[in-house]
Amino acid sequence: MKAKDFDIPGADVAWCPGCGNLSILRSLKTALAELEIQPEDLVFVSGIGQAGKLPHYIRGNVFNGLHGRSLSPATGIKSSNPELTVIDVSGDGCMYGEGGNHFMHTIRRNPDITNLVHNNMVYGLTKGQASPTSQREFNTPLQVDGVFLEPFNPLAVAIALDASFVARAFSGDRKQTIEIFKAAIKHKGYALVDIFQPCVIFNKVNTRSWFREHTYYLEDDHDSTDRNLAFQRATETGEYPLGIVYQNPTKSTFEENLNVYHMDKKPLYRRKFDKEKLKRLVETKR
Amino acid sequence: MTVFQKEEDISVVLCGEAGQGIQTVEAILAQAVKQSGYHIFSTKEYMSRVRGGQNSTEIRISSHRVASYVDRIDLLLALSSGAINHLKNRISADTLIIGDPQHIKSAKDDKNIDNVSDSNFIEIPLMETAQEIGGPIFANVIAAGALSCLLNIPKEIFDGLISDMFARKGSEILEKDLKAGEAGYTIGKDLTESEEGELHLSLQGQSPVRDELLINGTDAVGLGCLAGGCRFISSYPMTPSTPLQNFLASNAHEFELIYEQAEDEIAAINMALGASYAGARSIVATSGSGFALMEEGVGLAGMIETPIVIYIGQRPGPAVGLPTRTSQEDLNLALYSGPGEFPRIIFSPGNLEDAFTLTHKAFDLSEKYQIPVFILSDQYLADCYYNIPSLPLEDVENQNYLVKTNPEYKRYLITHDGITPRGIPGYGDGLVIVDSDEHDEEGHITEDLEIRTQMVDKRLRKMEQIREEAVAPELGGSEDYQSLVIGWGSTYWPIREAVENFNQNFNKKYPDKKLGFLHFKQVYPLHSSVFDYLEKAEDVIILENNAQGQLANIIKLETGFEIQEKFLKYNGMPFSVEEVEERIITFMGIINESSGKYDETKDAGEVLK
Repeated sequence: MKAKDFDIPGADVAWCPGCGNLSILRSLKTALAELEIQPEDLVFVSGIGQAGKLPHYIRGNVFNGLHGRSLSPATGIKSSNPELTVIDVSGDGCMYGEGGNHFMHTIRRNPDITNLVHNNMVYGLTKGQASPTSQREFNTPLQVDGVFLEPFNPLAVAIALDASFVARAFSGDRKQTIEIFKAAIKHKGYALVDIFQPCVIFNKVNTRSWFREHTYYLEDDHDSTDRNLAFQRATETGEYPLGIVYQNPTKSTFEENLNVYHMDKKPLYRRKFDKEKLKRLVETKR
Repeated sequence: MTVFQKEEDISVVLCGEAGQGIQTVEAILAQAVKQSGYHIFSTKEYMSRVRGGQNSTEIRISSHRVASYVDRIDLLLALSSGAINHLKNRISADTLIIGDPQHIKSAKDDKNIDNVSDSNFIEIPLMETAQEIGGPIFANVIAAGALSCLLNIPKEIFDGLISDMFARKGSEILEKDLKAGEAGYTIGKDLTESEEGELHLSLQGQSPVRDELLINGTDAVGLGCLAGGCRFISSYPMTPSTPLQNFLASNAHEFELIYEQAEDEIAAINMALGASYAGARSIVATSGSGFALMEEGVGLAGMIETPIVIYIGQRPGPAVGLPTRTSQEDLNLALYSGPGEFPRIIFSPGNLEDAFTLTHKAFDLSEKYQIPVFILSDQYLADCYYNIPSLPLEDVENQNYLVKTNPEYKRYLITHDGITPRGIPGYGDGLVIVDSDEHDEEGHITEDLEIRTQMVDKRLRKMEQIREEAVAPELGGSEDYQSLVIGWGSTYWPIREAVENFNQNFNKKYPDKKLGFLHFKQVYPLHSSVFDYLEKAEDVIILENNAQGQLANIIKLETGFEIQEKFLKYNGMPFSVEEVEERIITFMGIINESSGKYDETKDAGEVLK
């Protein structure tokens, strides 16, 4: 397969020229093509925000739902039909702000889905307000005295909850990002990829060159199964590590734990209603 | 000398603190009564606490079918010191109060309850006996045994039920509970045979009742879910919807469905919509405040045209309100939930058969029209038990509304009736694209204002067919009525019993005052017959468990007919047969000239002294 197999001809892309989302979209198409995943077997789930529009620009099934809620339908879809590949595409506001509660509890459930979070440290769609990951002293039309809240640290939170796969990418590095995406999609269980990306309109601080200067790739011998080490890396400030920070390959997935699949792997929509069973249950009420 | 004689219809009330095992007594007695061939109805009222307070259960035992709450207490079993005070408004000169001396003594001495004298009280050595067996926790089973004995329930039936209930707790506990039951029977026997008091109950049991179903409103909805092919429920525990969640979770293995306790109601409805999008028939169960959190998701269901069944167990609000009480306050909330305009259906079953049938129908119609369908229940209906002959299982059929997609598939193809054949991801060669933004036929985001108008019209066009298919209200009472009582949802049986009593008592004397009862099991959209029913009546009164007459307002909105008389109760308790009857008599302009109270022809066979 080729990346262009995922193109939607004539799609009216609403992102600004130079937006990090464009690189993320291209990297994702390439990763999916290299993994030979058919669009018909894929479901993109998203919420609201600039990132939430991505599913409209790539071939696949789509559930573009509500702001912050994407992980909930993603869990519902994957658990009703485990044969589907489910990719949740969200942004820092959608996932870590509006959807913070679902973020935590989806990690606990560990459904076999990939969670891509475009993190540009600012709100794009609503025009330039602080996001949960905005850094201190970031000035916006609403944060007129600068941000004075502690920036949300998604990697540290995910590792604290023993997420089964935690990674960070930078949209500007396509080659590495494609590899991280492939590993995340192949990973069995919940996989978080927090993707640093510049917002060329509303974030004049965390620019493309800022990300370059403030990130580095984890060493080849980084032991991603060492949770304490991973937590230490995730809480580093100044320079942020990129790559697969943490993995726990021992965890069972949400779907594997569901009794409904223990004897029968069929998706729920293919199961037949059994009236005799119901009659037997009603008989017990006599 | 106490002479208690009762032949037709006995209302037994058990009252004690939370944690004393009143529900255990209710469960044992309800089964025992049914297995002995008596008709049974039970309802409970309880406080929002795990220990202490005062909770009570009413068990109506009768030779004929009973299904509604009465205020009257014929026999009160007081298991705590506060029990009598808690129920003092329902205790009359005809109430027999049985209890341990330590629980009834103060009330007996107090004399602050109207018309009650020493002869109303019978002391039984409940706590002493419990102590002998192993502690106060056995008082409930002793009480159950005593009552069973008074009701002539064969001991084998009682012992069988005790064994079913306590066997899983180990042989030692079971043995003690059997002993407690035995001690209860001895106490009961002493009462019927004692010289100073005479208790005589002579109900007629009927063998067909033994084979009937004994279920509550929750079971009926739960069985309806299973009948409707429910495969997915995600919810957050909230009284009084939690029992339905328990029902589905406990049947999840056998019926191959997923129950997931969501982190909040927002997650619950979004998860269920995801499951539904993937082809699993889905439901969420909640109550007022929990549903308020789901409202955004209702709008999503409307926009992406994805089926979902929403069960709301109503309780008094606003906000947390009275968590364990009953109400019909969330009709407006359900009707107007979610931003924007889109079709929906709201069912309000009033009896067990309808709770089953309409829940099944809710799944069918939500799939057929790809819309949210609501089931409005409440604490009263969810928790009350009675026996019914059967459920219409033979009629259960599930139509498949899913289509296999082809590469040209368009999820929102505009059709003449607004219904686009529904594809799901992974079934066929097409792509299924749904979007909470306004979207084109393929499902992709659009700001084309012409498409916007077409899509609103497409969604709302489904309303035409939905209206045609609306469930008609049920007419009870007199068919050639002059006056009409209106009710909806769980008030069905109390109103029906009161209306039947009224017609029976007054039709002969006042042949031009015949009363009909129109019960709404679908409250939105309304069936086309509603206006004619209302127009035909000279006077109309509506009864609702809310403070504003929410259905009355919907009726006015939909038909233009304004209902003048309203009887609204919103203290958290259900309507009782007596208060409905009393209100109806005033409404009908009948006053008993001599007493100012109503007629002497009222039911005979009350407690005699």
